[in-house]
Amino acid sequence: MKFAVIVFPGSNCDNDMYYAIEEGLEEEIDKVWYTETDVSKYDAILLPGGFSYGDYLRSGAIARFAPVMESVIEEADKGKPVLGVCNGFQVLLEARLLPGAMQRNKDLKFICRPTELIVENDQTGFTNAYEIGESVTIPVAHGEGNYYCDEQTLKELQRNKQIVFTYRNDINGSTANIAGIVNEQGNVLGMMPHPERATSDLLGSADGLKLFKSMLKHWRESYVLTP
Amino acid sequence: MIKVHVYVTLKAGVLDPQGSAITNSLHTMNYDEVQSVRTGKFIELEVENTKNLEQRVEEMCEKLLSNPVIEDYTYTIGEAVS
Amino acid sequence: MSLLLEPSPQQIKDDKIYQEMGLKDEEFAMVEKILGRAPNYTETGVFSVMWSEHCSYKHSKVLLKKFPSKGERVLQGPGEGAGIVDIGDGQAVAFKMESHNHPSAIEPYQGAATGVGGILRDVFSMGAKPIALMNSLRFGELQSARGRYLFEEVVAGIAGYGNCVGVPTVGGEVQFDPCYEGNPLMNAMCVGLIDHKDIQKGVAEGTGNTVMYVGASTGKDGIHGATFASEELSEESESKRPSVQVGDPFMEKLLLEACLELVQLDSLVGIQDMGAAGLASSSSEMASKAGFGIEMDLDKVPQREKDMTPYEMMLSESQERMLLVVKKGHEQEVRNICDRWGLYAAEVGRVTEEQTLRLLHQNEVVAEIPADALAEEAPVYHPESIEHAAFTKNQQIKETVFHIDDPKKTLIDLLQQPTIASKEWIYDQYDYMVQTNTVVQPGSDAAVLRVRDKNKALAMTTDSNSRFIYLDPETGGKIAVAESARNIVCSGGIPLGLTDCLNYGNPENPEIYWQLEKSTDGMSAACETLETPVIGGNVSLYNETKAGAVYPTPVVGMVGLIENLEHITTQSFKQAGDAVYVIGETTPDFGGSELQKLLEGDISGKAPSLDLELEKHRQNQVLEAIRAGLVQSAHDLAEGGLGVAIAESLMDTGLGATVTISEEVATDLFSETQSRFLVSVPAHKKKSFQKMVPDARYLGTVTNDSQLEVYEQSGEIVLQAKVDELEDAWKGAIPCLVKSRD
Repeated sequence: MKFAVIVFPGSNCDNDMYYAIEEGLEEEIDKVWYTETDVSKYDAILLPGGFSYGDYLRSGAIARFAPVMESVIEEADKGKPVLGVCNGFQVLLEARLLPGAMQRNKDLKFICRPTELIVENDQTGFTNAYEIGESVTIPVAHGEGNYYCDEQTLKELQRNKQIVFTYRNDINGSTANIAGIVNEQGNVLGMMPHPERATSDLLGSADGLKLFKSMLKHWRESYVLTP
Repeated sequence: MIKVHVYVTLKAGVLDPQGSAITNSLHTMNYDEVQSVRTGKFIELEVENTKNLEQRVEEMCEKLLSNPVIEDYTYTIGEAVS
Repeated sequence: MSLLLEPSPQQIKDDKIYQEMGLKDEEFAMVEKILGRAPNYTETGVFSVMWSEHCSYKHSKVLLKKFPSKGERVLQGPGEGAGIVDIGDGQAVAFKMESHNHPSAIEPYQGAATGVGGILRDVFSMGAKPIALMNSLRFGELQSARGRYLFEEVVAGIAGYGNCVGVPTVGGEVQFDPCYEGNPLMNAMCVGLIDHKDIQKGVAEGTGNTVMYVGASTGKDGIHGATFASEELSEESESKRPSVQVGDPFMEKLLLEACLELVQLDSLVGIQDMGAAGLASSSSEMASKAGFGIEMDLDKVPQREKDMTPYEMMLSESQERMLLVVKKGHEQEVRNICDRWGLYAAEVGRVTEEQTLRLLHQNEVVAEIPADALAEEAPVYHPESIEHAAFTKNQQIKETVFHIDDPKKTLIDLLQQPTIASKEWIYDQYDYMVQTNTVVQPGSDAAVLRVRDKNKALAMTTDSNSRFIYLDPETGGKIAVAESARNIVCSGGIPLGLTDCLNYGNPENPEIYWQLEKSTDGMSAACETLETPVIGGNVSLYNETKAGAVYPTPVVGMVGLIENLEHITTQSFKQAGDAVYVIGETTPDFGGSELQKLLEGDISGKAPSLDLELEKHRQNQVLEAIRAGLVQSAHDLAEGGLGVAIAESLMDTGLGATVTISEEVATDLFSETQSRFLVSVPAHKKKSFQKMVPDARYLGTVTNDSQLEVYEQSGEIVLQAKVDELEDAWKGAIPCLVKSRD
């Protein structure tokens, strides 16, 4: 399986994502510069954390118009798996690949800590290695992770089982404690916690590795095994 | 050149944690008359006088300068200056 | 100010305008002698910043030379952006600490943020990839609104900058004392990893080579920042706000990535950050170090504002800028890399054989100064030194032995002292995990980062107890170094070397100079014995307000090598049934202790004594035991003594402990005797441990009932507390202080 991690100016978790795939999952991954215009050759696209364009204007707002995004959106529309973590999630929201918006954390401070999440949906191509209701520890590190959507949208998210991860405790004021959501088709996941930071016990948790393993499993089942 | 002033504010009903913090702060400074504070952004553009200027500013606001999911915007287009 | 309005050389001399820039009469006379004429406005400005304490160390140079700076592993000692120490496998670690006290006192968010930015550039300009940030902070006791504002904004500034750049802030230390109320200290440290072959220097050599400017454009911000840092803070300082620079961490991130690519170019001759005194210091220092000169055309300097004068361009401290020297004809290689990162690279000058800094502006020579005169020939002062009255007085005071009626209440009170209390409220705001190498997170004695693809790790810490240094500068200086080394050892590391930030009051006051002299003597002695060379650092003097000088605060930033990942050790107890030991005798040492401060409201008396040979011996024992796999947890006994150390080892573990102490309850629990360690050992390894560390005293065991129970040898219970209760007090203290309002 071949992954692409997109590098925007100001991305700073691109290397972490790279190592999670290369060393943790032991699959192929390329760093793809934001000026590239074709990502169709990859099996999955990762939008990393960081402060693309310094988070100026709004986090993710400027990166959303980077040249590479047109191709990312095209591939997402075709059903290819796209994972956005932290700033990557913010880019996906700005690009309207996912509903809702991010606001500053409720107490206005950046928070960095290992966080307990609940797996709300284990039927996605990102979570099939987890079990529903499972509690996992994955760190967060964000200043704007307070997920907002209106009631109508929340109902739809709930009805379609698009809420994938929630925080066990309210850490940032997110609507319904949402930590990660997928689009209706289920191929685009945005989440604030960093699974790429939880890929080895040495660093405190390996719970995030299962997310990448889920992606691999899903890819094998849907592409490799189908004649 | 024309100066365009864009004001981006949070939509009514969207929680503004920064605004709440400022309100509290003002209250502790004994400005008890303050009922509420809403924060926003002010963006100043210097643009060439083009056709459809208003329409293009509108587009800029929709596409980039604001996030319509949580934000509203207004703008003023100034007089042309050299 | 336009060129036309600048005073003439004659006016500068007659009206003593140079004094406003910080030059003394005799210094101005030296300048005239060097140039053989009166300097013009630009030249006067350049001399004044280069000869400021901040750039020239004119009051401290003599003392700094006494620090041992050589060692088998030292690849680069003081004098470059950062010192470099070998860690094997062709790799090395580059690190440096620097102060940003005055800017942080005036505009805490930007002051702290740009402090972080500057120290990052010092490290990546050496060619090293920054892998960690640390800091050392001092504030008042958070009793005033202004004090809390400074604290919150400094922390936010560090977070805002470091988090964005993507370098983890993995730890540090924060202490609170009334002496820092109006003059907080903000010292930032950066640690970088580098392969030996990539080590760069800030040199401008090779006649005809091109001088290039990379990064943000030059504005009028921070003009005379270096001079500002060399004056006492007064009410006027507030009006000097324009002096404070604004940081752009996004630009820094681009500059960092570009520089790490630039250092791979064979055509790169030298590179240096434009830090304090901006273009003036980087150009003159690069030229002076290499024995060449530089001719610069200031019209080519990227400018953020119209009509900037040479004076403003040379003295601007705009952030996120680098000066490079590139082999002639290879400029395009630099431009290509910069283009990719969206950075502007300008050719601003060339290296000359004649050792002069020559500046052109609008086709006229506007300054012509021997480069060495600026960088090397600043006056060196040997200020008068008189024993500090406080020391004399405190040496006369007899030791107090405290009696405590309610040890549990005292322990809880101590855990709530801001200096001891959990710093979670602070480090929660720092991204300490980015780059995914952080093995030991903030909160333990030292932070530990793995070295990717190798079975080794780096331990790092910052430390200083200024109360001890105030009471007894020489002993306190030794303690600062020893305690840092203890922190490294407790993490399983071998101390490699240190960087320091010497924060003091006005050195022209003989008592302050005496503190500086004695404490650096103490530090030097400790460095010799503990084999931790000083590989770089910074001096911040004039930390005074109307209320007086800050305590003498030489902060030590130390890095250690953990040779095997198996050796990584933290302070937390690990398992019920483990045996708890204290290594080192305890005597009643309460001078400058947290208990004294708590009970008496102030500090007095003698600082605890320190025997360096004994210290070295104990550190070796602990390290040996860790490396032999006998130790589950190790914690240095510091503020609050054994009682606080045991409590800290229990936090967030869910475990408890039952220990037995002597009848001298206050001393055993809260004395701050030096050279002591708290360790826990698996039950089945007790014998081997006791054999290896025969003078370890058995205290009791780790339990699984989340209770701390302390007994006297008679069997009488001294203290019984739920760990939850201790944890709440310890974790709640700082958030509570921050929220409190006048």
